[in-house]
Amino acid sequence: MVDFGGWHMPVQYSGILDEHHAVRNKLGVFDISHMGEVFVSGPQASAWLNILLTNNVDRLGLGECQYSFLLNERGGIIDDLLVYRLEESKYLLVVNASMIDEDVAWMQSHLRPGVTLENRSNEFAGIAVQGPCAAQLFDRFFEGKISRPARNEIQRYEADCTTVWIARTGYTGEDGFELFFKAECAATIWDAILEKGADLGIKPCGLGARDTLRLEMCYPLNGSDLSPDHTPLEAGMSFFVDLEKPDFIGRAKLAEQHKSGVPRRLVPFKMKGNTPPPRAHYTVFKDGKPIAQTTSGTVSPTLGIGIGMAYVPTEFARINEEIEIDIRGRRFPATIQKKPLHKK
Amino acid sequence: MNVPEDLKYSETHEWVRLEGGQARVGITDHAQAELTDVVYVELPKIGAKVQAKAPAAVVESVKAAGDIYSPITGTVVAVNEALENNPALVNTDPHGEGWIFLATLDAPEELAQLKDAAEYRALIGE
Repeated sequence: MVDFGGWHMPVQYSGILDEHHAVRNKLGVFDISHMGEVFVSGPQASAWLNILLTNNVDRLGLGECQYSFLLNERGGIIDDLLVYRLEESKYLLVVNASMIDEDVAWMQSHLRPGVTLENRSNEFAGIAVQGPCAAQLFDRFFEGKISRPARNEIQRYEADCTTVWIARTGYTGEDGFELFFKAECAATIWDAILEKGADLGIKPCGLGARDTLRLEMCYPLNGSDLSPDHTPLEAGMSFFVDLEKPDFIGRAKLAEQHKSGVPRRLVPFKMKGNTPPPRAHYTVFKDGKPIAQTTSGTVSPTLGIGIGMAYVPTEFARINEEIEIDIRGRRFPATIQKKPLHKK
Repeated sequence: MNVPEDLKYSETHEWVRLEGGQARVGITDHAQAELTDVVYVELPKIGAKVQAKAPAAVVESVKAAGDIYSPITGTVVAVNEALENNPALVNTDPHGEGWIFLATLDAPEELAQLKDAAEYRALIGE
């Protein structure tokens, strides 16, 4: 068990490798109750979110979801989050556990008339079911009462115990669902999922597997790969930034970087051969000179090789560029790769 | 948890087996269970001096790197090269095929500071 954003959470249940392979090959279930749930509603909700966030909520139909960034005035990342459009003028933002207080304080300080902000993180629990058998489990669980939401969509279900928001989203690269609901029903729902998924090979999964799964997909983790010192363009996330919007917080910096280029870019790398696993905060060398620090690293259970990410100067941010990672005073060869590291 | 009677144990979860005046060292069943999924072992070099309670090797699991402290002072005379290709031996057979290094025993009096099986069982709460 470890402390994670103020939550006491398991790193693993049966073991990181076992849990990782369960998600890639069958099914895994994660307790994601630590994630924050912030509801935004009111006649000005859409306009306000478009000022606050990099992506464009006007592109969301009812029940659709998008990935987005909350930036400071300098274009640095405060948090990355998912925006679900629940109703015409009602949104659910799912934010990182460690950033709930900071995100909400930032939002409060920028609040406008016509917008209601409700931080309901403490009331809500969350469970993610991820893996190729997720759709099968969904059908068993809901017994045809509702149809599966499409990828990146959310729908509402009235269970006996509570309203459940079910989204076809996740942080693993596999098909899957994320459920958000009142915390008092968490144990009942968790147990029911494990029971209905038992013969599909479902495994409870901890933070360890969550990290190896997301890193194979090159999904960034805030606090490691994302920080107020980096913009979404430096993080390689321009797809989730709509510079066509006339204004949003941090836009000026991003528009400038879009025009003149970024000084560094977050890139994934793969070690060559049998090396110790790279970890965060290791130094990256190019031609004998230190050029960066790794932001994440692990051994990829799927590829069986060390992988990681680092912000390297843009001149080196090229696929197949040769670099070295310093691991306890010895340098090991690695190459910069295309995202994602795990391809299906 | 397997805690063989014929081994001595350190508080940092290494074991020592005396073999004709030399000391074979590895990590305990309890330690491997805590680490799980060992994916890399950085072995000491043959001829390296190891000091009691000083780091001598590194065992890495998927989640983290952990220092292995030598329970004794001596010179490394052999290392378990099988771990280079099969680090999971540390998980599957921590007291046998998963040994880490063999060293001379330069200060036999250090053994008195190590725990026997009963004391080690108490340390890990068994």
